[in-house]
Amino acid sequence: MAAEAPAQAGPAEPNHGIRIFIPWLILAVVADVLIWVVWGPHLPPGDMSSSASNQQFDIKVMAVMAAPVMLFVLVYFGYALIVWHHREGDDEDGPPIHGNTRVQATWITVSSVIVLALFVFGTVELVTTNGAGAGEGASPIWKPPGNTVQVQVIAQQWKFTYRYPQFGGFETTDLVLPVGEWVEFHVTSIDVIHSFWAYQLGVKADANPGVDNIAYTKINNAGTITVRCAELCGLWHGAMFDYGQAVSLSSFHSWATSTEVRLAAVTKLLPPYALTYDPTVVAQMGKGMVAAGLTGGAGLYYPPTDPESP
Amino acid sequence: MSLPARISLLVVAFIGVVAVGAFVVLHYFSYSPAVEDYATGVTPDTGATVHVVMQEDPQNTVSTHPDWVSYFIQNPQTKAWVHTTLFQVPAGSRIDMTIYGFDGCTPLRNPIWGQVTGTIGDVEYVNGKPYHQINSWSGCNVGHTFSIPGINLNVPMATPGLIESAKPGLCGTSPCQPGDPKAVPYRIMTFSFNSPHATGVYFWQCRVPCGGGFLTGFGGPMQTIGFMTGNMDVVS
Repeated sequence: MAAEAPAQAGPAEPNHGIRIFIPWLILAVVADVLIWVVWGPHLPPGDMSSSASNQQFDIKVMAVMAAPVMLFVLVYFGYALIVWHHREGDDEDGPPIHGNTRVQATWITVSSVIVLALFVFGTVELVTTNGAGAGEGASPIWKPPGNTVQVQVIAQQWKFTYRYPQFGGFETTDLVLPVGEWVEFHVTSIDVIHSFWAYQLGVKADANPGVDNIAYTKINNAGTITVRCAELCGLWHGAMFDYGQAVSLSSFHSWATSTEVRLAAVTKLLPPYALTYDPTVVAQMGKGMVAAGLTGGAGLYYPPTDPESP
Repeated sequence: MSLPARISLLVVAFIGVVAVGAFVVLHYFSYSPAVEDYATGVTPDTGATVHVVMQEDPQNTVSTHPDWVSYFIQNPQTKAWVHTTLFQVPAGSRIDMTIYGFDGCTPLRNPIWGQVTGTIGDVEYVNGKPYHQINSWSGCNVGHTFSIPGINLNVPMATPGLIESAKPGLCGTSPCQPGDPKAVPYRIMTFSFNSPHATGVYFWQCRVPCGGGFLTGFGGPMQTIGFMTGNMDVVS
């Protein structure tokens, strides 16, 4: 009885790993250099403040980490299409695959390292940048050292107004900030929910009624700041924007002191500076108004318990 | 049912659904109040004077929401009061505004809007008396504001006092007719501002949350063009 002939050995398989790895490595290095050097300096939101420049740095780091991953998927995809696509007359099944411990271990290890590294990186970036420009609530965990310039942001349909408690508590529609100083935003609302988004500063903090939401940033450069509401807040939400200015410290002091004097009369109409305001209870309401049963601003008339359908 | 009958029924039903849908879209989404044209016949960018006349009422008895407060604009040709909040003015012109305030008082939620800004001289005249600001928390003296954020214009609208309006009551039929203030109390606000040279639509609003019955007072008429907010269309 003749022995069964051994299966004919096919041509030796090339080292697919190396053939995928080398072009991927070249592309990844080129992409990362381009991202960091060419694209990075132009990434939003710029470098006008500490928060903005840190966010730009964060985006650069994440892009540099993400690009090789994305490129690996694309290179593998392209390699598979070119090398392993079906060929005319080849009806054979591929070899059975029962797993590859080395590939699986590499896959899990690399994924874990990337995710854990991003977790640590994100946490450090949140702490070292004093909240990264986001609202930290009424009791911030991370605070900048030294003195700050306090600016209260009061959102209302459909306008932001700004109070400067260190300058007599005047309130204005103009946002002016000093270069080189830490700014402490106290963001609140006196009607519905809004969101204070100072784009070039990398500051975005929710403005909720009855809540003092604190956000920090240090102004690096002078320039124009675009402020937008980032929370759908009614008919004219799209028009709820304005432009602020970052100016030198001396210009800021000059503006603040002159504005304090200029607005002295209207400042007397305002409620005493507070971290939040309840317009339904106004301590300064005139006697005639109280006698008529009115104890608060317009909110008193229309409490949330009295909604009706349009 | 025969096949032709079924087809006919389906076609009729389809047309009916389309007609109802078109009606809903046209009625609720395409409705737009009239635009009062104060620009025609005026050469823009010459500083010419245009006189715009409006009134704010405690209600309106001419719409499907009679309990909503509302502004009205006077037609410049016929002088008839029109239930709209859209008006057109020439660019680069002086706009003299007269607003009759028939509504009662509502204290401002933020008293900063008691300050007059954006008018010529940062002043308004209430029954001829100049004001740079009004303290709405001290007495019953502000009902609404007329504010155009795009040109930083803010003018508080004065109101008849509580005692003054207690007996005759506020105007109850819209549009209200200026006449004997003892019969129907009201205030006359006059102020002037320069329309921008840049053409475009500048929205205006009231800053007193006067949408009674709505959450925070900022629903209903405050969110509806034709009542307490509208557009100033600057044309050339």
